[in-house]
Amino acid sequence: MNATDKETPDDIEALLPWHAAGTLSRHDRERVEAALAKDPALARRYALVRDEQSETVALNESLGAPPARAMDALFSKIDAEPKRDAATSNAGGSRLGSFLAALSPRAVAYAASGAAIAIVLQAGVIATFVTKQQGGGFITASAPPADASAGAFALIRFAPLATQGDVTKFMQDNQFTIVAGPAASGLYKVRVAPAALPKADLAGIVKRLQDSKIVEFAAATE
Amino acid sequence: MQTTLDEVLMTRIATGDRLAMQALFARHHVRVYRFILRLVRNEALAEDLISEVFLDVWRQAGAFEGRSAVSTWMLSIARFKALSALRRQPDAALDDATTEAIEDQSDDPETALAKKEKGSQLRLALGRLSAEHREIVDLVYYHEKSVSEVAEIVGIPEATVKTRMFYARKKLSALLKEQGIDRGWP
Repeated sequence: MNATDKETPDDIEALLPWHAAGTLSRHDRERVEAALAKDPALARRYALVRDEQSETVALNESLGAPPARAMDALFSKIDAEPKRDAATSNAGGSRLGSFLAALSPRAVAYAASGAAIAIVLQAGVIATFVTKQQGGGFITASAPPADASAGAFALIRFAPLATQGDVTKFMQDNQFTIVAGPAASGLYKVRVAPAALPKADLAGIVKRLQDSKIVEFAAATE
Repeated sequence: MQTTLDEVLMTRIATGDRLAMQALFARHHVRVYRFILRLVRNEALAEDLISEVFLDVWRQAGAFEGRSAVSTWMLSIARFKALSALRRQPDAALDDATTEAIEDQSDDPETALAKKEKGSQLRLALGRLSAEHREIVDLVYYHEKSVSEVAEIVGIPEATVKTRMFYARKKLSALLKEQGIDRGWP
C-alpha cells in the first residue's frame, strides 16, 4: 500500500472493478447493479472502470507468448527429476481423486459441450488420459518429443460440433502433438510431423486437415 | 468447467503423467508468462521463470488439494518466483519512482504516438503504475480473479485487496492527468 492510500472507498465503488470483470458473487452483483441503476454519477465512474478493463486486457494481450523453447526447458528439467512413485504421489490428491472417480470423461465432455471448442479438445485429451492410462508407462503419440522445437507445424481450430471422441481419435490417428494453445481464437499449434517437411508436403497435410469434417480451420505455420 | 478440467490434469500430473503436464502448460503458460513479465519487465527472465513455475507445479501436484482454482495456485507460485528473482537481481529491479521518472522523460516516437489517443494513453499509464498496483490491476481485469482469489495470490486481507485496487485506480487517474487527460475522477 502506498503512503498516500489513506481514504477508504465506498463499498459499492470498491466493487466496480470486479463487477466489470464478472467475478462478484450474485449477492454483490445485485447490490452493484441496483446502485448503478439509481446513481448516474456511479454509472459514469463505472464507464471509466470498463475502459480500464479493456485497456488492461489489450496491454496484456500485446505482450505475446513465451517461445516454444520455454516448454523444452521445462521438460528438460522434468526429465532430470527423480522417477515418481504413482502410489505415493497420489496420496495428496485423494480428495480430488475420489471426486474425479465419479466423473467420467464423457460427462466432462458433455458438461463442456456448450463451451468453447478449446474445451472439447481438452476433454479429448483428458479422455485419453482417463481411458488409456494405467501405470507410469503410458506413452501416446502426443507425448513430447526429445526436441520440442523440431518438426512441422500447423494451426488448427476444431469444428464446433466436433465431439470428444472425434478429437481424441483425430489426434491419435494422425500422431499429432499439441505444442501451444488454445489462443483466444481457439487455435492450437499442432506438430504434424516429427521433422521439418518440404513446403509442398506440409501444404498437402494442411489440405487434408482442411478437408477433415472435424477441423474448421487449418494453416501451415512455423 | 475450467477448474474441473484443470483438476483432472492435476491429479494426472500427481501420478507423473507428462501428457497431462503438457496439456496444463498449453492451457496456462501464456497467461502465467504475461503475469510474470508484467512484474519483472524482462522477457528473458520471464521465460526462465515460466519453466520454474511449471516445474514447481510438477513437483507439488500431489500436494494440491483443490481448495483454490489451479490458475490461482499457479499465479501464487509465479508471483513468488518473480519477486524472488527481482530480489536476486537488485540492479534489474528499478524502483518505481525511477521507472516513472524515466518514462516521464521518454518522449520517443512510440510514446509520442501513444499520446495521440485515449486508449493508448491509458495503456501508457497502466505501464507506469507501481509493481504493486500493476499486479492487482492485472489480476482483477486480465486474470479475472475475485477478491478472495487476489487475497490468496497476493497474501493480503480481502479488505486490503479492495482498497489497494481503489488506490491503483486513483493513481491511474493521476498519471493520466500528468499525461494531459482529466478523467473527472476522483
